[in-house]
Amino acid sequence: MNEWTNEQMANEQIAVKVRFFAAPREAIGTGEIEVEIPAGSTVGDLIDLLTKEYPALRPYTRFISVAVNRAYVGMQSVLHDGDEVACLPPVGGG
Amino acid sequence: MVERAFEITEEDISVDEVVARLADPAIGAVITFVGVVRSVTEGREVRYLEYEAYPEMAEKVLRQIGDEIRARWKTIREVAIVHRVGRLQVGETAVVIALSAAHRHEVFDAVHYAIDRLKEVVPIWKKEVWADGAGWRSEGG
Repeated sequence: MNEWTNEQMANEQIAVKVRFFAAPREAIGTGEIEVEIPAGSTVGDLIDLLTKEYPALRPYTRFISVAVNRAYVGMQSVLHDGDEVACLPPVGGG
Repeated sequence: MVERAFEITEEDISVDEVVARLADPAIGAVITFVGVVRSVTEGREVRYLEYEAYPEMAEKVLRQIGDEIRARWKTIREVAIVHRVGRLQVGETAVVIALSAAHRHEVFDAVHYAIDRLKEVVPIWKKEVWADGAGWRSEGG
């Protein structure tokens, strides 16, 4: 692998689908967006990026749990191209 | 395994229909929990509720709760949990949990566990709409 290839990899972007529910969905006005983010980014990196693009999310981020491909994950979890990420405020069914 | 045992639906829920999903000649007891929309929460009058779910994940997590119950209480044969979403009026059924067992022992503990876990981990949210406003409710707040 030569330097040029390494450089290209460092610049590689992945695309993830992000879904919102309940109060944060209402705050940003949409339930689903597509986001491009550098390869190797974590869930935490994505939340930081989203908070910059959607300041209305800010009051909710400290309460949000995240699911990737329909399973709860931690903020250190690394994202992959095509992942479905869900931002889940505190649940309350029943 | 019961078909459609774990379901998020926009339709009315019939308790009898959910119980019928557990039909099995080996069972001697069925216990149900029925969650109903009430008119007053913390002193405020509720006009109606809006339930929202992440349905694909909610059905998966409900199934996991069913697996947890059968791992923990060997007497439990089948579990069915159906939760309604959309606009619900006072008195309407929001959730039905039905458990079947050969004998009655432990079914009460198991159904208690099921509703507690549902409220804790299943991605479902509820918005109360009052005469003078609205707000999302969670177990914590």
